[in-house]
Amino acid sequence: MRHKIQFAIDFVTYAVRGGPKFYLWMLGLGFFILLMSYGAFRQFTEGMIVTNYNDQVSWGLYEAQFVFLVGVAAAAVTVVFPSYVYHHKKLKEIVVLGEMLAIAAVFMVIIFIMFHMGRPDRLWHLLPVIGIFNWPNSMLTWDVLVLNGYLGLNAVCGFYYLYKRYSGQEVNKSFYMPLVYISIVWALSIHTVTAFLINTMPSRPMWFHSMMPIKFISTAFAAGPSMIIIAFLVIRKNTKLKIADEAIELLAQIVTWCLGIAIFLTIAEVVTELYPSTEHSFSLKYLMFGMHGLTGLVAWYWSSIVLMISAFILLLTPRFRKDHRFFLPLACAMTFAGIWIDKGMGLVVPAFIPTPIGELSEYTPSWIEIINSLGGWASGLFLFTLLVKGAVGVLLGDLKNGGEWEPIVISEESKEESYRG
Amino acid sequence: MSDDKKKPEETAVQGPKEATRRGFLRDAGTLTAATIAGAAALVTQTDEAEAKASWAEWFQKNYRLMTDEEKKESVERLEKRYSEEYGKATTVDSSPAMEGVLFGYALNIQKCIGCRRCVHACVKENNQSRNNPEIQWIRVVKMEKGNFTTENMDKGYPKDYGIQVGGNAYENAGVTLEGEHYYTPEEVPEKGSFYFPMQCMQCEKPPCVKVCPVRTTYREPDGIVVIDYNWCIGCRMCISACPYWARRFNWGEPNLPQEDMNPVTHYLGNRPRMKGVAEKCTFCLQRTRKGRYTACVEVCPVGARKFGNLLDPESEVRKILEKKRVFRLKADLNTYPKFFYFID
Repeated sequence: MRHKIQFAIDFVTYAVRGGPKFYLWMLGLGFFILLMSYGAFRQFTEGMIVTNYNDQVSWGLYEAQFVFLVGVAAAAVTVVFPSYVYHHKKLKEIVVLGEMLAIAAVFMVIIFIMFHMGRPDRLWHLLPVIGIFNWPNSMLTWDVLVLNGYLGLNAVCGFYYLYKRYSGQEVNKSFYMPLVYISIVWALSIHTVTAFLINTMPSRPMWFHSMMPIKFISTAFAAGPSMIIIAFLVIRKNTKLKIADEAIELLAQIVTWCLGIAIFLTIAEVVTELYPSTEHSFSLKYLMFGMHGLTGLVAWYWSSIVLMISAFILLLTPRFRKDHRFFLPLACAMTFAGIWIDKGMGLVVPAFIPTPIGELSEYTPSWIEIINSLGGWASGLFLFTLLVKGAVGVLLGDLKNGGEWEPIVISEESKEESYRG
Repeated sequence: MSDDKKKPEETAVQGPKEATRRGFLRDAGTLTAATIAGAAALVTQTDEAEAKASWAEWFQKNYRLMTDEEKKESVERLEKRYSEEYGKATTVDSSPAMEGVLFGYALNIQKCIGCRRCVHACVKENNQSRNNPEIQWIRVVKMEKGNFTTENMDKGYPKDYGIQVGGNAYENAGVTLEGEHYYTPEEVPEKGSFYFPMQCMQCEKPPCVKVCPVRTTYREPDGIVVIDYNWCIGCRMCISACPYWARRFNWGEPNLPQEDMNPVTHYLGNRPRMKGVAEKCTFCLQRTRKGRYTACVEVCPVGARKFGNLLDPESEVRKILEKKRVFRLKADLNTYPKFFYFID
């Protein structure tokens, strides 16, 4: 037990120390978290009236972040799966970083759920035994289960691995491996259930199609690894951690093909909806072209399409995909942004326009929604930075307590080489 | 803020679970409770008596799971609070569904003139928020009649080689729900329009109930879908799931002026709501469970609205179902509304 407490103390003290760049980054995030605490105060005291939600569009920016971030959380599997199923050596060395991302993403999801709730003070009504947990009838309760389960799995897997490394012991495979395999399936389940949450409502025809789960997963496995690649590149630049080019190349391939599938599914949806063009396709028409002069989301939609397609072309071209200095991070940022729009404002909001009785009314987030959302992201990135920093410390061997694991340190020559590549 | 709210909760939850609730109430005068109530008062910016009541409400169970005694306690607490808050003696009824009664509604769209007296009578009866915003449970959708024009007989798309995708001779209106419920004419009915009132359909298979994660909304034996406002967590799944756009949300603290408040209320019906919860039409169960008509039925000047017991073969509603041409809205969704539309 003392050993574990020592690990926790070492981990935290290592994670919060860094150079000026690190402090500047954390300070910047801290600023947005501060803004959010004001926004949260206003929303929790005055109610959701401080948002621009209304009876016509009753979900908005928060739910958009929620849906997107569940995908980011699920995307940790793009690191875990090749590591343990295909035994990709280079990725396996740093697999724990993917788990840290999952933890941070679920943390953000929880923040956005709090903002989503009209009565966050009554959240205890959901707890089994003291409240009522309407399981299995309510899809939302499934989401609660899978998200919390996923958080637990990743926290256990990630910190167990780090702790073993820290103490210089081998992981106990009969304990660790089953958890890893469960977490792989579980990752798929969290995003599938989130898709079921919204696509099981015939009242919203735009969502009501069975393609939702696979579209969620393919977009998640494009956006998530994009973020992981960018994180890897930043880590490689700022620490001595050896992140092999092969690892990044594999993730880039995953991004490419999942993005390709996502684009294909988008086309499939557009054709299916617009060819017969029934009333059920009004939401999509509103999103793509506007309706009755209301065009609030049109620019968003087409910018997302342009971002996704140009990122796909960049990633398909080996010369650009392998350029880790500029074009790969650019393509990743474009993928991330394109899918963030596609799954957020492009998916959550238009389903409410028109309403089930045909009323068209537009929605733009209020500034409180915006600062709360920025703050939610900042909190998640804050946690992610700390988790990754500590994890990198363990992997580098800076943080250890007996035993010997070979640190995954980059040698100077190979560093030069990877930069050239 | 969240800290302020959490601390008192934790203090109270620490005791043994069952004993806490009532013990907590009884000791309301003790120092601890006073402190908590004070903290709550600071948070909600209200006086202490009200804060104490809200605090006790905060700990209460889901209405359906309460024992009769707990229900009585809860009702008394509410009556006291509402009476103080609104400055008039308020009753909170808790009558259960009547035996052998299944409520049904029939609306004659041929007769409706779109005056919207029902909308306003409903707001008055059911204690909705009055301003900023006014919450309305009934919407009367104006449908414009379509038109066929001779000059467009040969027009459509594509222009050449014969119209293939669609012709333009029909001026589209009425058939697609355009949701125009903000019309403000000098006089109703307007020429070339007809009206289509909508409200909660009290579905037999309500999609809103299925999606609720905490079972705060459920169907009562008399067929009415109700909400325990004190148990709702405000997730708005029900609002998204309702195909009839019947549910409303209290985005902020509802604004119900004292003089406008209807003091005859029901726990599951028209008692004043709080911020962050869903609400909707309950067929005025505070009235109908006492054998009265709903406010909208009473006020309708043309007798378009009919209400009664679907299990009673002699009721007006049953007679209409037998003799008139009847349809239900969005029947393809299999929700089995108990709100029927008919024409003579």
